[in-house]
Amino acid sequence: MAFLDRTARSFLLGELISGMSLTLKYFFRQKATINYPYEKGPISPRFKGEHALRRYPNGEERCIACKLCEAVCPALAITIEAEPRDDGSRRTTRYDIDMTKCIYCGLCEESCPVDAIVEGPNFEFAVETREELLYNKERLLSNGDRWESELSKRLELDAPYR
Amino acid sequence: MAKLTVDGTEVEVPNGASVLQACEAAGVEIPRFCYHERLSVAGNCRMCLVEVEKAPKPVASCAYPVADGMVVKTDTAVVRQARRGVMEFLLINHPLDCPICDQGGECDLQDQAYSYGMDHSRFAENKRAVKDKYLGPLVKTFMTRCIHCTRCIRFSSEVAGVAEMGATSRGENMEVGTYIEKALTTELSGNLIDICPVGALLNKPYSFTARPWELRKTDSVDVHDALGSNIRVDARGSEVLRILPRTNEDVNEEWLGDKSRFSHDGLKRRRLDKPWVRQDGKLRPASWPEAFGAIAAKLKDLPGERIGAVAGDLCDAESMVALKDLMASLGSQNLDCRQDGAALEGGRRDFYTFNTTVAGIEDADAILLVGSNPRREAPVLNARIRKRLNQGGCPVAYVGQPADLTYAARHLGDGVAAMEDAAEVLRGAKRPMVIVGQGALRRPDGAAVLAAAWALAASVGALTPEWHGFNVLHTAAARVGALDLGFLPGPGGKALPAMLGGGVDLLWLLGADEFDTAAIGADTFVVYQGHHGDRGAARADVILPGAAYTEKGGTYVNTEGRVQRGYVSVQPPGEAREDWAILRAFSAVLGKPLPYDSIQDVRDRLAAVNPVFKTLQDLPHRGCTDQAGPSGDPAGVGREPLQPAVPNYYQTNAINRASATMAECTRTYAAPVLQAAE
Repeated sequence: MAFLDRTARSFLLGELISGMSLTLKYFFRQKATINYPYEKGPISPRFKGEHALRRYPNGEERCIACKLCEAVCPALAITIEAEPRDDGSRRTTRYDIDMTKCIYCGLCEESCPVDAIVEGPNFEFAVETREELLYNKERLLSNGDRWESELSKRLELDAPYR
Repeated sequence: MAKLTVDGTEVEVPNGASVLQACEAAGVEIPRFCYHERLSVAGNCRMCLVEVEKAPKPVASCAYPVADGMVVKTDTAVVRQARRGVMEFLLINHPLDCPICDQGGECDLQDQAYSYGMDHSRFAENKRAVKDKYLGPLVKTFMTRCIHCTRCIRFSSEVAGVAEMGATSRGENMEVGTYIEKALTTELSGNLIDICPVGALLNKPYSFTARPWELRKTDSVDVHDALGSNIRVDARGSEVLRILPRTNEDVNEEWLGDKSRFSHDGLKRRRLDKPWVRQDGKLRPASWPEAFGAIAAKLKDLPGERIGAVAGDLCDAESMVALKDLMASLGSQNLDCRQDGAALEGGRRDFYTFNTTVAGIEDADAILLVGSNPRREAPVLNARIRKRLNQGGCPVAYVGQPADLTYAARHLGDGVAAMEDAAEVLRGAKRPMVIVGQGALRRPDGAAVLAAAWALAASVGALTPEWHGFNVLHTAAARVGALDLGFLPGPGGKALPAMLGGGVDLLWLLGADEFDTAAIGADTFVVYQGHHGDRGAARADVILPGAAYTEKGGTYVNTEGRVQRGYVSVQPPGEAREDWAILRAFSAVLGKPLPYDSIQDVRDRLAAVNPVFKTLQDLPHRGCTDQAGPSGDPAGVGREPLQPAVPNYYQTNAINRASATMAECTRTYAAPVLQAAE
């Protein structure tokens, strides 16, 4: 009996049909893949991507050289040097992040008392040489300027949970 | 003695002690802001409240004397509530700017708010703001942060002896500052930074440069004056960022002079970081073998008596013993460490040390200063004399140029002859002290002055088996070590004046910058081994770059004869090396290698030369059993007025002449004085 059943099934192409029907079902479903880089997946406001140094709306840099991010960084990726600026305020003269060391834990962002250093939504900063991943202050500030609208929106969205 | 119970443990403390001291004796920590062991009790911060049984309310333990049978509780609900309340009040007007405050990370208020405070404040109104004050080029102020503990006011009037700080208004309007805007005229102003429990008084040159947790801390010994204050060198990477005092009750308590604290920026400027050789009248960079070769070529066929060596004021004992051994191997007896020509002789140690010891000043009951202005020569020692004076019953008189010593001292006259009048000041005293400064010994009749001072000390009963009241106050950190090692002309050897003007053909300067290098003979080949491009290096034919005091493990002997050791904080710059190692390497080039290969071997050699180098910090109580005086003739004392040994406190050696901070201080403090003198 079992022999007949098996033979009938193989001659009637049952497996093929069920397989093809599954294929057809997925063919009409919405795609799980996206057309990267023209399309991108959604990102949480807490996503930890490339770092940026933010400014106040009046253009003044936020960072006050308190060095808490440098102290908290578990990968020792941040290096800061500071001195009084001409107007007597405390500012960094050097703010370097070694992106090859960074483990994207976000502790720098957590420790910052003035929301100056943040990890933004950008994850597309692959480069061809290692040296390009050694970010300096200028680079981080320009990141901040470029991403400011998104950065402030993300902070706003995350604020209720802090 | 009073017996009391603190948190269940019984302690016994002297009568008159405060409850806070009793709690400390019991090992209980009491938070405090205004209380400081070395200052008078103010009792105004109220942070040290504790509960005392049968007292109706919590008491301020710092100002509450102990009584027998007292029962103190420091960890009850009432005490905790009181501390939280006080902390909330203190934080009402204290800005929450810890991230931009240099005190952050080492702040008493921050730590105690964390341990004893509340997690929030109920104060929603505006905080007050206070205009910052100007206190000179060393102390930066941020008066909004001030919590009015008045430690700085008490320090400046009690320890530093300049009643320049004070408070105006009261309550919320109270402001601490100098009544008239002026730079603080004390050599101890840096200590205000240490005693300020918050970030109101800050280190100006160190502003915003580093955080305490980034710094590498190394114990060391100060070389800017002869007191040998114990210091802690804070460095990051290859740079010394600040210098702090280390507590040593026998030397500097917990204070430090401004020159010692702030001249470290001179360690970065004008440094010799590679060997130089003079060629056709001009110095050019060279390699070590080239430099050694140039000296060796000059030394060839040079008889020992045509070679001389001078040790400078900042040298460690290791390098001096190495140079002495090198000179001995070359057959030279021409050694000298007395660049200023002070009439000091080796041999008996109590002829050139501060025999009473610094801590012993507190037992003295009459003090005579001869040709010494300790305020400029060793301000921390001066603070100790002032401390003794404040306890009463100790008249001080001085012979020399009129000076403000920060305490009431009788001026006897400006010539050495005025010492005669001193006898009446010292006569009635049981433990009189005579302090002879370098200003008195630098003169042509220096040996006579030394002998006269000794004779005076002997005649007033300062030299007894129980009490040694004869003291020499040095200005150079290396001097006592050099004298202990016998870095002096040997039999038939020449002293420095005889070596100048062509007295020798090769002169080895070990960091020696404090004499007139123009007086060196034109044909003399000068080797300068040192760390700064100062006078000596400018005249040199070969420069060997050495290490500064923060860059080598060095042994120093202070003016008391106390042997102290510092450790390496940062590496010497460029090709510079530790000085004893340079001398050892050069001796190998000559084919007469010195018999030591490690710093430990050099230290063994030190102990062999003079047994005092065997033990560190150990200073046995000295009495005087042999009243025979130094070799000079007391009758040979001249009539010229005594001149100060240190005209400008802020610039006395190669390091602080290269320091921008010290130059700024000189502009602020010393320049007007010089004008007035003209």
